[in-house]
Amino acid sequence: MSAFFVVLFAFLAGVEGILDEFQFHQPIVAASLIGLANGHLMEGVVLGGTLQLIALGWFNVGAAVAPDAALASVVSAYLVTGPAQVDVHTGIAVAIPLAVAGQVLTIFVRTLTVALAHTADRYAEKGSLRGVEFVHVAALIIQGLRIAIPTMIVMAVGAGPVRDALGAIPKVITGGLGVAGGFIVVVGYGMVISMMATPQLWPFFFLGFALSAVTQLNLIAMGIIGVVIALLYLQLSPEFNGRGGGSSNGGSSNGGDPIDDILNNY
Amino acid sequence: MADKEKKLTKRDLIAVWWRSFFLQGSWNYERMQNLGWAYAMIPAIRRLYKTKEERVEALKRHLEFFNTHPYLASPILGVELALEEQRANGADITDETINGVKVGMMGPLAGVGDPVFWATIRPVLGAFCASLALAQNVLAPIIFFVVWNAIRMGFLWYTQSFGYKQGVNITQDLSGGMLPKITQGASILGMFVLGVLVPRWTTMNFVLEVSKVKNQAANVVDLNKLTDAANNGKLHVDQVRNVIDQVVAGKTVDTFKITTLQDTLNSLLPGLAPLLLLFIVLWLLKRKVNPIWIIFGLFIVGILGFWAGILG
Repeated sequence: MSAFFVVLFAFLAGVEGILDEFQFHQPIVAASLIGLANGHLMEGVVLGGTLQLIALGWFNVGAAVAPDAALASVVSAYLVTGPAQVDVHTGIAVAIPLAVAGQVLTIFVRTLTVALAHTADRYAEKGSLRGVEFVHVAALIIQGLRIAIPTMIVMAVGAGPVRDALGAIPKVITGGLGVAGGFIVVVGYGMVISMMATPQLWPFFFLGFALSAVTQLNLIAMGIIGVVIALLYLQLSPEFNGRGGGSSNGGSSNGGDPIDDILNNY
Repeated sequence: MADKEKKLTKRDLIAVWWRSFFLQGSWNYERMQNLGWAYAMIPAIRRLYKTKEERVEALKRHLEFFNTHPYLASPILGVELALEEQRANGADITDETINGVKVGMMGPLAGVGDPVFWATIRPVLGAFCASLALAQNVLAPIIFFVVWNAIRMGFLWYTQSFGYKQGVNITQDLSGGMLPKITQGASILGMFVLGVLVPRWTTMNFVLEVSKVKNQAANVVDLNKLTDAANNGKLHVDQVRNVIDQVVAGKTVDTFKITTLQDTLNSLLPGLAPLLLLFIVLWLLKRKVNPIWIIFGLFIVGILGFWAGILG
């Protein structure tokens, strides 16, 4: 029964790995679901949280394909919460090569789908709406199988061999992987930052860093501070208020620059 | 037949909205989201065009190259629905117009969707829920899933309806100040939160000892008497109380004062090492090094550091 749900959740993760809509492929969701299916929900949640931080910057932009969170979370969560009962550190270390494997698989499927798109063209020539729909759904199912089949293979190999193989790794390696697991999240942050960073935005990064390094404020408080700063910036920046004037900004009804107003009142 | 106006029903619009969730299902390297786009438009094509010829033309029109951020396809879908509806009622809208609007909107809109959804909302929500998850809170994945999908489904419906009502005007509306504002605001929040995350959620512990000093005997709590008494079975309450008093008075229990490299770094600023590591990573990313290789490289650093007793 649990095997059925593991495969089902693996399939959903595969589908979402391409769709990016419901987020069944995000580690925090996928690993929790696999944990639930195996009856070890809490291990799944904790593993999912850890992997989520690593995968923070894994997203597809344009035609570029990011490391695949789906295969990484599903198989890693199966090893940690399933019969193999691998520890979380090893689970994380295993997840990274799996992310590469998943990336290669999705590139393969995306190439294969070119042929399906041509099949859809032929249905279009006949004016067959159902035919076009069918081809689209078929492509989606292949993306689901992309994760479901490798998961079934790992399940078929069984807990024993997997555990033996992982147990054969020397202590220095596992300990080192555990240590590295603590700081590889930096790559995820780096990927997000390198996508957004502009000279205007860097000060906000350092503000957040300093506040976080020396205070005990929790993430909710930090989030509130972040939103407030963003809103203040939008209200005060001449970039958004100086010209045009008519932009309907709830706060300033006169449409002018608040700093100008203050200066004028002096 | 011509006098009866063709109109998309509310059900058609909902069907298109639902199908837009599957936009990327047949993503391919040739025409990318083309088939997914046609799949989403089919409820409208079915309603508006009844003859085979019309359907063949409509399908071909919508199987052209298309690629944008999957959520920002919704306002474009809305506009295209409005255009197709007018065309079906005899308005002079050519294939070129329909394609031109699609292609013209997809680039700028993708440029908004990536920083807002992928680089801000998802990392912020993900990091928040990950912190709950690490604290063993089962609600973490549920919050992530529910909040994300509420935002997403609401956004998709709202922008599709907006596009449908506005028709082609939307293109001007969107470039009129709202979009840059949203992008900038989201990016500020995103950068701020990333700054918060670097020292909080990165664990780098340099266990290397930089100094080991013997504490002055007067400042060390004498535990020997207590152990002797305990071993002889003659432990008295006052002895325990005495030890506790000494600890409260600020005496240390360790014979040696060990300072690790981490202690030294923390006295400068906690999170300094992760910050430096982040800048190395940024530098590598800028030089187009594949992130996966960086991750593998860091694994090797971790293994070597652990082996050499520097990291732990």
